Amino acid sequence: MAIPDEEFLLKTTSACAGCPSSLILRYVTKAAGADTVLVIPACCTSVIQGVYPTTAMNIPVYNVAFASAAAVASGMSEAFRAEGRKTNVICYAGDGGTIDIGIQALSGALERGTDFLYICYDNEAYSNTGMQRSGATPLGAMTTTTPGGKKDHKKDLDAIVAAHNPVYQATACAAYPQDLYNKVEKALSIPGPKFMHILAPCPPGWRFPSEKTIEMGKLAVKTGLWVLYEREGGKLTITGASKAAMKKRIPVEDYLSVQGRFRKITAEETAEVQKTVEDMIARLQREADGIC
Amino acid sequence: MLTFGTGNKAVAMAARDAKPVVVAAYPITPQTEIVEEIANFVTDGTLAARYIPVESEHSSMAACIGAAATGVRTFTATSSHGLVYMCEMLHMSAGARLPIVMANANRALGPGWNIGAEHSDSMSMRDTGWLQVYVSTVQEAYDATMMAFRIAEHTDVLLPVMINLDGFLLTHITQTFETVEPDDFIPPTATPHAIDIKNPGGYGTLTPGNVHFKFRYDIERGMRASIPVIEETEAEFARRFGREYHLYEEYRCEDAEVVIIAMGTLGKEMEVAVDILRDEGVAAGAVRMRWFRPFIVPDLDGKDVVVIDREYSFGYGGILAGELQAKSGCRPFSVIAGLGGQEVTYDDIAEFVRIRRPGTEHWFGVDD
Repeated sequence: MAIPDEEFLLKTTSACAGCPSSLILRYVTKAAGADTVLVIPACCTSVIQGVYPTTAMNIPVYNVAFASAAAVASGMSEAFRAEGRKTNVICYAGDGGTIDIGIQALSGALERGTDFLYICYDNEAYSNTGMQRSGATPLGAMTTTTPGGKKDHKKDLDAIVAAHNPVYQATACAAYPQDLYNKVEKALSIPGPKFMHILAPCPPGWRFPSEKTIEMGKLAVKTGLWVLYEREGGKLTITGASKAAMKKRIPVEDYLSVQGRFRKITAEETAEVQKTVEDMIARLQREADGIC
Repeated sequence: MLTFGTGNKAVAMAARDAKPVVVAAYPITPQTEIVEEIANFVTDGTLAARYIPVESEHSSMAACIGAAATGVRTFTATSSHGLVYMCEMLHMSAGARLPIVMANANRALGPGWNIGAEHSDSMSMRDTGWLQVYVSTVQEAYDATMMAFRIAEHTDVLLPVMINLDGFLLTHITQTFETVEPDDFIPPTATPHAIDIKNPGGYGTLTPGNVHFKFRYDIERGMRASIPVIEETEAEFARRFGREYHLYEEYRCEDAEVVIIAMGTLGKEMEVAVDILRDEGVAAGAVRMRWFRPFIVPDLDGKDVVVIDREYSFGYGGILAGELQAKSGCRPFSVIAGLGGQEVTYDDIAEFVRIRRPGTEHWFGVDD
């Protein structure tokens, strides 16, 4: 599907250099089009969109309390539908606002069949406040609140969401904009609750040079740490670059060693990460094959 | 139409008659009957609203915010822990200038669990930017809810309104009451800052310190402007439907030397106490405060004042007594009574007047 030239995220953002979250937002809004409202809890995008009285967004943006995005979107979607309007309601939330403080509202909105798209752009920490640990921070990663490296695994958000049986669920990555664009467009064509989880490699937070955002996203997919897929009507389909990675992967060290946040990861933890990848790939392959 | 029912039912019927487009609902004792009644209205088609059965009170106010942001009429109800759980969203809704209407069944906060009437829930939300009205009868619960929509949505105000009714003492007692057909008493919503796809804007974006305070002052401007809007709404309500309400209600105050001041059901109970005291030759009167925000000070010049607070600000005192003292200069005899549904009779209230010592505090039922 051709990506339109029209921009809804204008050039005057307050994003960091190499920011994946603004890149993702650019393609999300291109796919959504003008008849869209973004609901944004506290996250990097609270800053990226600019400072009053200006805005870098050319669609309405409603900024809401940290825990409340999915619930605000519920009310907004119901109001639009009551008035006979088809306006897209999209939550654009970080991992902290989704996996941690916002998960109750997300769960409720999914369960109620809210007609909306919830996008979690995942930079694996509270990046907006200077990189504190979140439930999405992976094993071994240093943050300002895990200075010795995180000792717990990343929360399996996608399994939690899948348990709600949304009408459409997908993963994507900032490094693969066409795959991301296609999924947003498809999601918005289906009424009901939709969810997308998008990996956002964050240069200052993950401690890699700002020109390597795309490279880092591609490494995440090629190692199998991040798998691109979509799940619709109970059927899981592996998409894009992950099709190859399901068969042949590069070692996770190639991803971990180029990010400063993993400087203190132990050999045992690295082996554990590798095992986690192999287990996840096997599980997703079984589901894609219709075995489970 | 003359009917009968509980305070909860009256609130639900007023909300139905005001025709909200979105109702977000979460149950909590003693408010639950309100959201149950509205669910019935939506199910049987007497109310054409979207009913969102949210998973928490934080989300019920969030959903009202999302709906009201599009410019439609919204309603919800809560109580006690539910109200304080949504505290963050109370600030957000008032700050976003959204005319949401909510009923709050006044109830104590834990621990320990107590579901009796108390005003600690709503009074602790006094600084959120919500208008607060306290009612004393089932009829008033209906009427105040109806008027709340017109007041909240008035473009001079554009602030949310909370109707407070005492848990059980009013939510669960049955009285006859009259419903009305509001017609154009409540004009269609016309939220000037409703989300407009054709004119996209950023709502609640990062707001630097050199302008943030201007938005804060705008909330106060709306609060001050609400006073004439309330008066005009109450006058129009009386003209159309024949029932009179005022910013505060006075009872036998003309020649009173001592006045009792309270809110909610105690504010009605004290009228009987005044009659008892008058029979004893005491020149007593009563002022029932209806609006707590905006705070409207009655004329108390030269009168002894007895204030009954059904809550307490720890480390300070009775909230109503303190605010009246600060704003009017009176030296009230501050009575703390009725917490957690503690029974307070008109005889008790008459006794408060007899034992009054201006400038002191008395916890009813506490010995030391």
